Amino acid sequence: MSSTQAPQTGTGGAAVPAPPRRRPRSVASGRLTPTSGLGLGVGVLWLSLIVLLPITAIVVTSFQNGPSSFWDSVSDAEALATLRLTVGAALLVTLLNAILGTLIAWVLVRDQFPGKRIIEVIIDIPFALPTIVAGLVLISLYGPQSPFGIDLVGTRKGVFLALLFVTLPFVVRSVQPVLIDMDRDVEEAAASLGAGGFTTFRRIILPTIAPAILAGAALSFARALGEFGSVILISANLIGKTEVSSAYMLKLIESDDTVGAAGVATLLLVVAIVILVLLDSLQRVAARRD
Amino acid sequence: MTETLVKAPEAAESPNVPRAVKRRRRGSPVVRWTLRIIAVGYVLGLVALPVVTVTQRTFGNGLQAVLDSLQNPDLISAAKLGLFVAVTSVVINTVFGVGIAVLLVRYRFPGRRLLNAVIDLPVSISPIVVGVALILVYGQNGWFGGWLESNGIQIIFATPAIVMATVIVALPLVVREVIPTLEEAGTEQDQAAQSLGANSVQRFFRITLPTIKWALAYGVVLSLARSLGEFGAVRVVSGSVPGVSQTPTLFVNDQYQEFGPVAEQSAFTAAFALMLIAVLFIVVIALLRPKEKTQ
Repeated sequence: MSSTQAPQTGTGGAAVPAPPRRRPRSVASGRLTPTSGLGLGVGVLWLSLIVLLPITAIVVTSFQNGPSSFWDSVSDAEALATLRLTVGAALLVTLLNAILGTLIAWVLVRDQFPGKRIIEVIIDIPFALPTIVAGLVLISLYGPQSPFGIDLVGTRKGVFLALLFVTLPFVVRSVQPVLIDMDRDVEEAAASLGAGGFTTFRRIILPTIAPAILAGAALSFARALGEFGSVILISANLIGKTEVSSAYMLKLIESDDTVGAAGVATLLLVVAIVILVLLDSLQRVAARRD
Repeated sequence: MTETLVKAPEAAESPNVPRAVKRRRRGSPVVRWTLRIIAVGYVLGLVALPVVTVTQRTFGNGLQAVLDSLQNPDLISAAKLGLFVAVTSVVINTVFGVGIAVLLVRYRFPGRRLLNAVIDLPVSISPIVVGVALILVYGQNGWFGGWLESNGIQIIFATPAIVMATVIVALPLVVREVIPTLEEAGTEQDQAAQSLGANSVQRFFRITLPTIKWALAYGVVLSLARSLGEFGAVRVVSGSVPGVSQTPTLFVNDQYQEFGPVAEQSAFTAAFALMLIAVLFIVVIALLRPKEKTQ
């Protein structure tokens, strides 16, 4: 799980990330004193009660009736349809965010135009807005009463749009500080040696910002995979079409199928961990090349 | 190539930035305008336009309708519950967050890296999973369900579960803000104070707290925004009984699902209020960030 902390350098992850700070210089030297030992004990106990134990309960419950119960719950036709939609949409949204997020970060750092500060504030709105409000916001523009006559309720496009909305800031906010800190000399040297704009971008800028793009992409993927509030209104939960895994799990738990809900939750946990570890190792490779 | 190579040293000597470099800095106007239009258009279309529309829909029936929907007793009790839950979980996460941050930065112990990783876990899992997990442990048929019931403690479908769910989803925010500041500050001051005879409480309030002041404020605002806005995890564990266990976000959802013009107006009024609060938080965060950087 070390992967999850990497993209978090200096941020709260879910909320507005501060610019990444330098790699932590460890000042930890102290051995535990009786007081700090007690504090650690209390902290670990609390974490166990609210995070570790519940997560363990999910995995244990999904295998409660043997491995076949886990298999049954994730191979159910409805479950498979939701997983396919959720994972597919999360991947697509992440890819789009990696490209557009980088572009937006670039424009915000390198371009000057009136109203730029307003754009900066608008980008943070999806972070601060409660997800259900985000859902309502989207449905009032792209719902049955849309002023443009575009009704996306109950379509996959609607689900996709909601995911794009809530994940917009991740890549922008992780790439921006790296671009600000970037030394322009190398770019200018490349330009003076005759490199065109695209070559400079591909050979000089991209390698430098690649780790930040991947970090933002990882956060955006995790968010899209688990998103519920913003999607729920616009998706209308059509079985086999627009129902996402989160909504499916809620349905199962409300009909007291705890094993089924736990099964889907376990699979989602595994997918999240695999993708995050993958992106984390890519990020390490990219950082080393830099 | 050779030409530019020969020219380069000259350019470096000239006090003014050479024209070629200037042009590179600004890029070709076509590319610049294309990128600008894509970026601004995307952000405005995806976020700003819907936000404007929701504002329009809220005030579409006139100001009186909005004021009337604010009188809804369910909305008032939802607001009270939401405030209570948010403040409680922010207090818990602040105490816990500062404590864990100090431990992680200043001490070495087995399992330190694991602890560090576990704190981030909640942000990478679905809020629904968080809710389901809580039910599996604290629900009626959960691991502790029997024991809790025989002792007359109800957690799920009551305020304690709402607070727990909120605490979990906002768990890493304070810790992640405080850790980098503590790391940069180092331990010299703390050690100096210790050698002068300050005890650990004095050292915390005189040295540590002033050091992390702004980072902590930033973390608290982030947590508050997250706590007020949590929906999915709370939706699973609360039961959403109007007037009892309905938080503001649940109120928005339930009213919208109800249809009918009055319910819809209520949904939009509450959503608009939450949106105003969110924008307020963004402004506060924007004001805090430079202070955090310069400390």
